[in-house]
Amino acid sequence: MGERILMKGNEAIGEAAIKAGCRFFFGYPITPQNELPEYMSRRMPQVDGTFVQAESEIAAINMVYGAAGAGARAMTSSSSPGISLKQEGISYIAGAELPAVIVNIVRGGPGLGGIQPGQGDYFQSVKGGGHGDYRLIVLAPANLQEAVDLVTEAFDLADYYRNPVLILGDGLLGQMMEPVEFKATKLRELPAKEWATNGLRNHGGKTNIINSLVLDPHGLEEHNIRLQEKYARIVEAEQKAEIVDCDDAELAIVAYGSTARIAKTAVTQLRQEGLKVGLIRPISLWPFPVKDFEKVIPTVKSFLTVEMSAGQMVEDVRLTVNGCKPVYFYGRMGGIVPAPEEIAAQVREILGGAK
Amino acid sequence: MVKVFERPKALADVPTHYCPGCTHGIIHRLIAEVIDELGIVDKTIGVAPVGCAVLAYNYFTCDMQQAAHGRAPAVATGIKRVCPDSAVFTYQGDGDLASIGCAEIVHAAARSEQITTIFVNNGIYGMTGGQMAPTTLPGDKTTTSPYGRDTSKQGFPIRISEMLATLDGPAYIARVSVHNVANIVRARKAIKKAFEYQLAGKGFTLVEILSTCPTNWGITPIEALNKVKSEMLPYFPLGEIKDIEAGEKK
Ligand SMILES: Cc1ncc(C[n+]2csc(CCOP(=O)(O)OP(=O)(O)O)c2C)c(N)n1
Repeated sequence: MGERILMKGNEAIGEAAIKAGCRFFFGYPITPQNELPEYMSRRMPQVDGTFVQAESEIAAINMVYGAAGAGARAMTSSSSPGISLKQEGISYIAGAELPAVIVNIVRGGPGLGGIQPGQGDYFQSVKGGGHGDYRLIVLAPANLQEAVDLVTEAFDLADYYRNPVLILGDGLLGQMMEPVEFKATKLRELPAKEWATNGLRNHGGKTNIINSLVLDPHGLEEHNIRLQEKYARIVEAEQKAEIVDCDDAELAIVAYGSTARIAKTAVTQLRQEGLKVGLIRPISLWPFPVKDFEKVIPTVKSFLTVEMSAGQMVEDVRLTVNGCKPVYFYGRMGGIVPAPEEIAAQVREILGGAK
Repeated sequence: MVKVFERPKALADVPTHYCPGCTHGIIHRLIAEVIDELGIVDKTIGVAPVGCAVLAYNYFTCDMQQAAHGRAPAVATGIKRVCPDSAVFTYQGDGDLASIGCAEIVHAAARSEQITTIFVNNGIYGMTGGQMAPTTLPGDKTTTSPYGRDTSKQGFPIRISEMLATLDGPAYIARVSVHNVANIVRARKAIKKAFEYQLAGKGFTLVEILSTCPTNWGITPIEALNKVKSEMLPYFPLGEIKDIEAGEKK
């Protein structure tokens, strides 16, 4: 306890999962997340856990479905193209209301794209990705300590709401090294998994069925209404963001994940120049931290969303700001990571132009 | 009075949705009888496919999971790894297993997952209305091979059991049929052996069962049983294709 260990992002995420009681990991190689399945293949046998290198990402997510249905804490990880393959399975997991944790160490796309960091999977992560009206809880860490803490929380959230949780990282986060501390935190009281398909002998002889098929349209609508009610509870209770220097800010930069770290450096720089700039860093991308925005909207004059994409989260920022203030966008694509100076230059231009 | 025939306890007391003359019902019953006989209903977890048997989760009284199309062997892998002392079976049609789920079945077999797959081969996509399956016989008309399966354009049927038997992973692979009583009895024996091998930890087991689809074949139930015998059997020969206890068979 209290010990800080220098670890690579992908490995820290793996260890956090093990510390959270995950004993079933199903993976498939893809850069830049390979260290995660590799780490799990080393660690799982040491803790009496299971690592399976699946034949595909499709198989891996369906193994997660099976293991989660049988009542275990199960995880899979991949990067963008592999996450695309998992979408049908993720939709099934959401539909059948199974707890599971999925890690996406995002790279540039579309198609095979590249292997450098990207944030082009935001839409896929928060707007569905797979078919049907479902939601994932999407958490975006900006440093390794937060990644470790959020993985712990992800398993609890998944169990608590019986919902898949996505950790949205990027190549930068997966590959960097930072000291981390694994804290033994108990976040919530979790209900027993009485619904698990682990054999009648384990749950009093009643047949348990894991299923997402509801052929009767009224039944299916009811099922959907129930899901939406659950999502509404999550929206109410699980918004998470970091707000930096927004009290007197004229402009708030909005950025998540690795980009937010860079934006933070830009904020420090701009503050030294006397410019009143703050940062809103969404940590939960779904639910989008609307409540945090509401604190800032009345006082700032404008927003600048910065992403490693052509502009995806900015749509949610615009929905949230709802025309009250101008929302600007700056993005880099294809694995290009924006430099603090580029972001600062954007801010100077906006603030200069506003005068 | 002595009761000589009753519903197996592993089979739920509900009407099924299967068409008249379809042999899915017989196959369900055989599985349920084996589960009863082995006394394992309280530690069995079944995986239903996407296909006519999708509602199998309502027909067995053991725990059940419904899997995405073709992915039952991956789902079963996840379940069995969590519950190694259970009996886990998948129930899959030929579109499910031999087409979209080809990768999953091959790799579950190669890993020698300790599961039992019941592979129901009726040579057609039943649920979606009679399209060509990978197992559709050459010349057979379906809604997507309306001129008859032309092997020069639509390829040849896959003999899944023989293909999987080339792998080192499987412990037991048999092809059986349910077109008459003698074969139903043999099918039951094969299913039982597969479950027994699984329980003994011998490795992956699969029983392919030739089945009928009178509705989509467009013939009567009796004609359908005859078609299994006269047309399917020559292409899909019956027998124990692999049995690690008996060595390779041909
Ligand atoms: C991903 C996906 N593709 C296609 C379908 C549509 N579909 C439902 S059942 C089925 C075929 C089932 O045929 P088979 O496995 O041979 O089983 P049968 O119905 O003949 O018992 C298909 C293609 C689906 N549900 N999901």
